[in-house]
Amino acid sequence: MAEQDKSISIEVVYRGIFQKTLAQRICRSVVLAARKDGHTGTAFARYGDSPERNGVPAKQFAVVAADEIELEASMAKYEPAVVDVSIAVDDTLVKGVESWAWYGRQPIWKPVRANGWLLVTSEKTPDAVLAQTDKAERPYTLGIVPGGASFAGLWVFKDDHTDYRILGALAKILPQWISLENAKAATNELAKGNESAIASVQAGYDSTAMRPVRVGEGTSGHEVLQFKKPGWTTMRPGIIVEARKPGERNPYYKKYGARTMRPVVNFDTCIKCTMCWLDCPDECFEVTPEGHYEVVYSACIGCGICAQVCPVKDCIVMVDELKFTDNVDKWQMWKQDKPAYNAWFEKMSGVSAAPPPKAARATDAGAAASGGDD
Amino acid sequence: MVVEVKPREHSDVETEQLATGCEAIAEAIRLADVDVMAAYPIRPYDGVMQAAAKLIANGKMDVEYIVADGEHSQFEIVKHACAVGSRVFVGSSGVGWFYAFEAIAVTAGLRLPVVAICGNRALDDPGAFGTEHNDSLAVRDLGWLLPWAETAQEALDLALMAWRVAEDKRVSLPIAIGLDGAFLTHSQHIVKIPTQEAVNRFLPKFDLGDRLLHPDNPITIAPQVDQDWLMEIRRQNDHAMRQALGVIREAHADFKKIFGRGGDSPFLDEYMTDDAEVVVIGQGTLSLPMKVAIRRLRKEGHKIGLVRLKWFRPFPTEEVVKTLSRFKAVGVIDRDYSFGSPFYGGVLYNEIRSALYSQQKRPVIVGFIAGLGGREIEQPMATEIFEKTEAAAKAGPSAGDTCHWIGVRE
Repeated sequence: MAEQDKSISIEVVYRGIFQKTLAQRICRSVVLAARKDGHTGTAFARYGDSPERNGVPAKQFAVVAADEIELEASMAKYEPAVVDVSIAVDDTLVKGVESWAWYGRQPIWKPVRANGWLLVTSEKTPDAVLAQTDKAERPYTLGIVPGGASFAGLWVFKDDHTDYRILGALAKILPQWISLENAKAATNELAKGNESAIASVQAGYDSTAMRPVRVGEGTSGHEVLQFKKPGWTTMRPGIIVEARKPGERNPYYKKYGARTMRPVVNFDTCIKCTMCWLDCPDECFEVTPEGHYEVVYSACIGCGICAQVCPVKDCIVMVDELKFTDNVDKWQMWKQDKPAYNAWFEKMSGVSAAPPPKAARATDAGAAASGGDD
Repeated sequence: MVVEVKPREHSDVETEQLATGCEAIAEAIRLADVDVMAAYPIRPYDGVMQAAAKLIANGKMDVEYIVADGEHSQFEIVKHACAVGSRVFVGSSGVGWFYAFEAIAVTAGLRLPVVAICGNRALDDPGAFGTEHNDSLAVRDLGWLLPWAETAQEALDLALMAWRVAEDKRVSLPIAIGLDGAFLTHSQHIVKIPTQEAVNRFLPKFDLGDRLLHPDNPITIAPQVDQDWLMEIRRQNDHAMRQALGVIREAHADFKKIFGRGGDSPFLDEYMTDDAEVVVIGQGTLSLPMKVAIRRLRKEGHKIGLVRLKWFRPFPTEEVVKTLSRFKAVGVIDRDYSFGSPFYGGVLYNEIRSALYSQQKRPVIVGFIAGLGGREIEQPMATEIFEKTEAAAKAGPSAGDTCHWIGVRE
C-alpha cells in the first residue's frame, strides 16, 4: 500500500492575517468531509507563523487518514514535509514562499510529492500561472480553481464560497478520500443548508482546470534564496546579530514574497515631494541622482502606502504582481529610454503616462488636500 | 545648603570591620568599582541596599544607584546597563526575586554577566521572611551561576569572585550569590576588607568586547528567535556553564594567591572528614550548627564530618562524586523542598543522588529537610541528623530512599 493510500496531507498556503479564516475553513471542511467517508483527520496551523503578519505567506494543514494509527503516524511530525496537495489561495503566491528570516524563498510546489497536485485560485489560465511558477523538479498537476484571491476572512467572514469551491476541486482529485456526495453533505452542515454553497462545491468540481506539469516546466526567473543556518559554535553568543550597515538591506529576510501588487512609478510626473520615501514602512525607496524616488522591489512588500500618500494622480500605481516576471528596479530603464519606459508604464498600469493638463492638475491638488481621491 | 562631597578614601592596608553579610557585600561593590546598581527594598536583601547607600552618602563609593519601581524593573535596569558595558550589581529576596523572574530568565539567555545576591527568604506564606533556599534554586535551570556563602567574609570574597567569573568571556553568565537571611545577612562578623590595589590585581576591567551595545559597534541584541535558533542558543549557554567550572578553579587559585583565603577547593569545604565514615552535606550557614554537633559527637566516638557545597551551579559533579564516594553514608540537608519530587526530598538531595548514581562504590544517601522558613537547626536536631545518617549507613542503600523532616511538630 502506497503512503498516499494510508493518509493524505493537504496544505493551504495563504496571505497571513488576510486569509487566515479562509485557510482554517478549508482545512476544517476537508477533515469534516473526509469524516463522512469514514476517515479520520486533523486540521492545524503552522505554529511558527504565529503571530501572523500582513500578507506574509503562512500555512495551514489538513491530514486525513484511514484510521487512528495512521493519523497518529502523520501527527508525529507537526508540519508535514511532504504533502499530496498544496493549495495556494492567492495566485501571486506561486512566485514563491518566504515566511520568515532564513526560511529562504521556497518554490510553491516544494512539499508536493511527485504526481501530487497544486491547486491555485486564479482568474488566469493554467499556462499563465505556470509561467510564474518555479521550474518543476517533479511532475505534478496544476489545478486552477476559478476565482480571485479571496480576502473574505479579514475582519468578519463574508463567505465568497472559495472554501466550498476548493472542497469541490478536492473531491475531483481525491475521490477516494472525499467523495463529491460527502463534500456536499459536509457543506450542507457547514453552510446550514445554504443551497448556493452546495452549488459552489459542484462548481469547483466541474470548473477546475487541470494542467499536467512535466519536469522542467515553469520559470527559472525567480531569485534563489536559500541559507545554511549556522551552528552553536559559529553563531555569535548572547543572541546578537549584526546591525545592517547604512545602505545595506537584510539579506536573510526579504519579504517581497508578501506582495500581491507592486507599485510602478511615473518618473515624469513625480514632483520629488518625498512622501513615498518618508511613509514607506520598509524604507524601500532609494533616492536617484535627480532626486526621484525609485522602488527597490527586493525590499517592497506591496503595502500600497506610497500610492496612497502620493499627491500626484497616477504617479504611483499599484499593479497585479503576476504581471511582472522580474524584480528589477526601474529607474535605469526610464533614464536610458523615457518613451520606452512610459510605454511600459502604461502597459503595466493601464493609466496614461502623460502629465495631466494644467487645469486638471489644480483640481487634483484640491482633491488631495481634501483627503485624497479614492 | 552645600553638600560637601568627600574624596573617595582608599586604605593602603587590609583593614578589619565588624560587618553583616550585607555590609560585606556593599564593601565588595565599592572595591569592584561597580558602575550601576539597581535597588528595590525587600528583606533581607535590602541590608545591601542600605549599606551601599551609606557608602555613597559618606563619599566612599561612586556608583549609579537607581531605585526601581519594583524588582522586575530593577533586574531589567541592570540587564540593559550591563549590555552597554557597565559593571552591575543587583539583588532581591524571596517573592521579590520571583517578581523579577522574566528579566532573570532573559539575562542568562543574553549572556549578560549581572552579579546579584539572593538574600534567601521563604516564599512568603504570608509575611515569612526567614531563610529558605527555594528562591535561589528556582533559577537553577536557567543558566545562572549559584554559589552560597557561609560567612560575611565569604560573602565579600565570593562577590569579588563573582564579577571575575561572570565577566570572563568564556562564561559571560549572570550569577546570584546565596546569602542566608538573618543568619548571614543580618549578623555581624569580623570581615577582612582587602586593599583596592589587591582587588585591582584580581579583578580586571569589565570588557564585553564585540558584544558591547554601542553606536561604534552596531549590533542588535535579542531579536526574536524561533525554533530555528533556540536549541543552538541553549547549547551555547550549556557550553558557557561547562566552561565556568574551569574559570572558577582559575579564579580561586588566583584569589588564594592574592588574598590568602578561600580554602583548598573552590567547590567544597570539608570539615573533619579525614577519618569520617559518615558526613552531612549542605549549603550556606547550616554548616555552623552542624560543626558544633560534630565537635560534640566526636567526643563520644562518632566518626562524622561535614562537607559544605559552595557552588550549586555549575554543579561540581567530579568533586562531589570523588569526595562523597569516600564515605559510608551521606546525609543531605536541604534548607529547601521540592514537593512531590523523588522520595519527597529536597533539591540538593536529588541532585547529589543523581551525581552518584553510576558509581560502583557509592554511599547511602539519605535526605533531611531542616531549618525551613529560618527555623534554627538546634543541637538535638543536628544530633538526630547524624544518628539517622549513621543508622542509614548500617541499614544499607534502601535506607537512603527517605527524606526526614527534622524539627517539625507532629
